[in-house]
Amino acid sequence: MFVLIACALGVVTSQHTARKLFMALENEKEIEQKLDVEWGRLQLEQSTLIMHGRIERIAREHLNMMVPAASSIQIVSIGAADDRSGARILSHD
Amino acid sequence: MIRNDKPQIKLSSWRSHLLFGLLVLGLTGLTGRAVYLQGMHHDFLQEKGESRYSRIVAMNADRGMIADRNGQILAISSPIASVYVDPKVVKITPEQLKQLSTLLEANGKDIDERINRKNSRFVYLKRQVVPDIAEKIVQLKIPGIYLTHESKRYYPEGEFAAHVLGFTDINDEGQEGVERGWQQTLAGELGSRRVIKDNKGRIIEDIENIRLPKQGQDLILSIDRRIQYRAHAELKEAVKLNKAKAGSIVVLDAQTGEILALTNLPVYNPNNRSTISNEKIRNRALIDTFEPGSTLKPFTVAIAMEVGKVNSNTVMQTSPGMLQVGRRTIRDVNNKGELTVAQVIQQSSNVGTAKIALSLPPQAMWEMFNRSGFGILTNSGFPGEASGVLRSYNTWRPIEQATMSYGHGISTSLMQLARAYTIFTSGGELKPISLLKQNMPVRGQRVISRDTALAMNYMLEMATKPGGTAPLAQINGYRVAGKTGTAHKLIDGQYAKKHYISTFVGYAPASNPRLIIAVMIDEPSAGKYFGGAVAAPVFSKVMGSALHIMNIPPDAPANNVVTFTAAPEMDDEG
Repeated sequence: MFVLIACALGVVTSQHTARKLFMALENEKEIEQKLDVEWGRLQLEQSTLIMHGRIERIAREHLNMMVPAASSIQIVSIGAADDRSGARILSHD
Repeated sequence: MIRNDKPQIKLSSWRSHLLFGLLVLGLTGLTGRAVYLQGMHHDFLQEKGESRYSRIVAMNADRGMIADRNGQILAISSPIASVYVDPKVVKITPEQLKQLSTLLEANGKDIDERINRKNSRFVYLKRQVVPDIAEKIVQLKIPGIYLTHESKRYYPEGEFAAHVLGFTDINDEGQEGVERGWQQTLAGELGSRRVIKDNKGRIIEDIENIRLPKQGQDLILSIDRRIQYRAHAELKEAVKLNKAKAGSIVVLDAQTGEILALTNLPVYNPNNRSTISNEKIRNRALIDTFEPGSTLKPFTVAIAMEVGKVNSNTVMQTSPGMLQVGRRTIRDVNNKGELTVAQVIQQSSNVGTAKIALSLPPQAMWEMFNRSGFGILTNSGFPGEASGVLRSYNTWRPIEQATMSYGHGISTSLMQLARAYTIFTSGGELKPISLLKQNMPVRGQRVISRDTALAMNYMLEMATKPGGTAPLAQINGYRVAGKTGTAHKLIDGQYAKKHYISTFVGYAPASNPRLIIAVMIDEPSAGKYFGGAVAAPVFSKVMGSALHIMNIPPDAPANNVVTFTAAPEMDDEG
């Protein structure tokens, strides 16, 4: 009889623990979902911030940048230089 | 003796037997009932019991996002709430009603009417409410007013990629473009599961999954967001400048056939549904066909070279600038005299091309056009794509063969035209078009030999040099090849006198083609209408930026190359 009661109590306790753990798991899942949503929102925000048009406007208007004229571009020909320096130019580009 | 105080009463034994019998009967009855309930009605009762605390919960599944080839987001779903009311349950004070209608930016009367639809149990008050407002509505704590969670699609590029992406309707179904073409892939399917909830509404046990949710898959497109932006911006500029009715531009990777950019005007903003109209939805580059005009000439010349009728130095007599075929006359803009085949392309002579075409059997020409993909769907995956018209060669009359050689009497979409040019950029192979990023080299179908392709490449490069029809297509630092086209527009089966379609299809760098750009401007009406004056400058600007963006080295440096005779001194910091 004593063993029977002990077992019954054991079942009840373990069931309770299981439910508690499960609740914790559900909680974590909910947090995961919320973070997921936030990540999506942040991605959207980033995507809006890096819009080409916006960057171009800031570069032109606030930073006074411009596309250099062809005459002011110097092209470094790698093939003509010796191989080692060529590799170095590439790696530092 | 006390014991004997009371007289012994002898009860008859049937009474105890009767009592015993009744007790046994009662006990049997109870046992029977217990067995009946526990054994035979067990499932039914279990279910009844569970239904008191078990609930079915929906499992979310989001629509997949769409990204460009570099992983930048082009379309993403974000959660949003919809407000609904259960008119049988709702209890609302006039003051709350006022607050609610202010929050929902709606007419109080309208809300009141919806709330009082007493024979209904579910009425939307407003769909797609931003999270902040939804939060405030919850704070009002009006019984009978609830939120459902839905998702809304956002397109950070706005109108810049509208025709590629399309849009979804309020139920998350793709309506146009990629959203529609790849609906199966993108769509998520909601799942549901049965759980046990406690008295506080917390889920404490999972019983079973009724249906697992299927998450929508993400799509990586071949589009390059930066080139797409540039293409759209320049096209917009050109359409405005030329007071054109519409315009389209397609940018292809010359080696893989991937679509790097695709846009049309007029356009709508997919984030704002009120800007959407049938006219603006049209993805003209794919669903509208037009007569390509002179941009088709290279294909006629290519087949003539392929069968050995001409080579690039064969001299054609185009004087006096017109050619009588049957009862009709083919004209050039002016009398160009004697031209080599290369010059026929360079100066875009109709007479020269027609003469070349008439020396060919119709079947050979038809096969050339057919194998270049004219009259055949590009299978880009876009809904509603047009195949254009290439009539069977046995119905061609000589005049038709002659006009077809320079792009009249045949119709094509801009995408088909751009695709056809891959035979010149890839050494003779027609590459398949794709809107999804390709990670492997793409195999094409051979149409012309490598030698012919190279010869055509040379002729097309001449067209952009001084003396050609498209010097405005030039880009500083790069060798460019391409062909202009100016066609009278077909309106109700008649060629309209003053309505033109100006096109330019070209590629760069000519020494090792990487990009093909096709531009089409519909009805330019600001004076200029030649493809070389209207469409070629757009090509030049977009191509110039795209080459920069893709870091493609110049192949025609203009005296600005620094070469090192000895290794320069460089420290490790560079």
